[in-house]
Amino acid sequence: MAGVTLAEIERFFVDEAALLDEWRLEEWLSLFAEDGRYLVPSLDQPQSDHRTALFLIADDRKTLASRVRQLLSGQTWAENPRSRTRRLVSNFRILDEGADSVTTTANFAVWRFQHEATDVYVGRYVNVLVRADAGLMFRERRVILDLETLRPHGKLSFIL
Amino acid sequence: MDQLQPQELIIDDRENGIFRVNRRAFTDPAIFEVEKREVFDRSWLYAGHTSEIAKPGDFITRRVGGRPLILVRDRAGQPHALLNSCPHRGNIVCRERAGSGAQNFVCFYHAWNFDLDGSLAGVPDEASYTPAFDRGAMGLKPVPRFENYKGMLFVNYDRDGEDLIAYLGNAREYLDYMLDFGGDDVEVVPGSQAYSMKANWKLLIENSIDGYHAVPTHYRFFVQYLNDMGADNSAWIGQRRQFGIGLALGGGHSVIENPQRRTPVMSTAEDELAQIRARLVERYGAERAHRIADFTRNLFIFPNLILISNWHTIRTWYPLAPDYIEIDAWAALPRDESPELRQKRYENFISFLGPAGFGTPDDVSGLEGCQRGFATCRELEWSDISRGMGKEQPSSQDELQMRAFWRRWNALMRGERGPTDCSDRPHAAQRAAAE
Repeated sequence: MAGVTLAEIERFFVDEAALLDEWRLEEWLSLFAEDGRYLVPSLDQPQSDHRTALFLIADDRKTLASRVRQLLSGQTWAENPRSRTRRLVSNFRILDEGADSVTTTANFAVWRFQHEATDVYVGRYVNVLVRADAGLMFRERRVILDLETLRPHGKLSFIL
Repeated sequence: MDQLQPQELIIDDRENGIFRVNRRAFTDPAIFEVEKREVFDRSWLYAGHTSEIAKPGDFITRRVGGRPLILVRDRAGQPHALLNSCPHRGNIVCRERAGSGAQNFVCFYHAWNFDLDGSLAGVPDEASYTPAFDRGAMGLKPVPRFENYKGMLFVNYDRDGEDLIAYLGNAREYLDYMLDFGGDDVEVVPGSQAYSMKANWKLLIENSIDGYHAVPTHYRFFVQYLNDMGADNSAWIGQRRQFGIGLALGGGHSVIENPQRRTPVMSTAEDELAQIRARLVERYGAERAHRIADFTRNLFIFPNLILISNWHTIRTWYPLAPDYIEIDAWAALPRDESPELRQKRYENFISFLGPAGFGTPDDVSGLEGCQRGFATCRELEWSDISRGMGKEQPSSQDELQMRAFWRRWNALMRGERGPTDCSDRPHAAQRAAAE
């Protein structure tokens, strides 16, 4: 993808993380291309394909838009009251550059605080980005967790 | 149990239609210890599915009823359930979560090794043991009882008691409906869900067969999500909402059965689903095909297994403490469907179920809220589970299916052996019938 730099990708990741931590989910959703997907593989099948394995999340853009609306509606009891989250994103790399897209990775740790409990989610993003008029956009945002199980987290009710 | 006898934990007033559970049943560590012995260690527990160990040398390891097990298919194709602890000194022998092509199991501690059927194959420097060393008894120990029902593998840590078929009793009919769906074998597919809940294990039973909570707790699924997908949700909510029934099946098993209501997968795969239904009619006849395909069911197999047909889910759980459970869920899908429908089934499952679905996280949040609320159990002693008592046929919005569990639980906790009357039938009517 012409003209993309690691610095631009890093800025995109960091800005995106801020939108999520601030629960500016509509703005975050607007970073997804029309064919964009948000994927979280099952923890025991981290390298699998969402068409041939059960994932935790395999949203197309329409489902993701619903997820965002639900989270902001006040009727999602798992996130009402909302979790506080804080994410650290680092170790940015470009994995592959295509004609119209770039595949990137970054490590993350997300702390979630709710009902006086603390959960930590650790893993990496593998994101396929495309160039649009407004800047970079997601074609795919894949969250590969390093956790072996969601114990004692119990749920993944906010956006990682 | 010194201060509170089991018979004081349940109020089952069938004459007046009141059923209450003392909240200490959810919090008391002494009750929890009795449960492990009297409920879990006397029951058939779901361990896994034959499709997870499809070929000789395939194995999985998991905790079942609190014990680490190896489920393995030996060279002759026979499945085994072995205790995953070295008979020599106790180390966990197989430390992988799953694998295939295994030739044997080796305990790394002293390098004892075992055949896939568990028998002891080799001991380093065996000559140093005395002639009394019983080599034949030093293999990986099988669980006391292990049975296969149509691919579902169950274990029982009690040597005595009824066999699996007798144990399933009337629940077997409903289990068959779930397993026959698709007109072919089901298989457990790749990708499992391993999560937890800071809540008592019995709360998840109540929740898994609770039609009453569906709309208030899961409004975001039934209204927001289904609307967003353009799905017709009129059978789920509002004036034309369709109610099903709740049944006590005996043995503590129970089911809620609802008319098949539309989900997004049904709109996107109409043709193939119609073909599947036609094959069911061909294979089983119109009436049985109707029973299989035109209803959805949440089937509870006592004490910790739920099958949810709408999402093709197998889910089981086990408590580590009165206020903490580990939950495992899998998708069991028909083998012979197209890759396109298979993908729709995945999307359908995770649209509602699992730690990131649009349903389960709200259940987790609610049940953890119940458990936190139980800190008041000295002041607020009782939970009410009376809905639908006195009705000829309670609906799926009532609570007979929960009372059925609690009645069996209560009988086992009191040390009763033999069958339990899990119905709502008043005791006076029972006595009259007996006379």
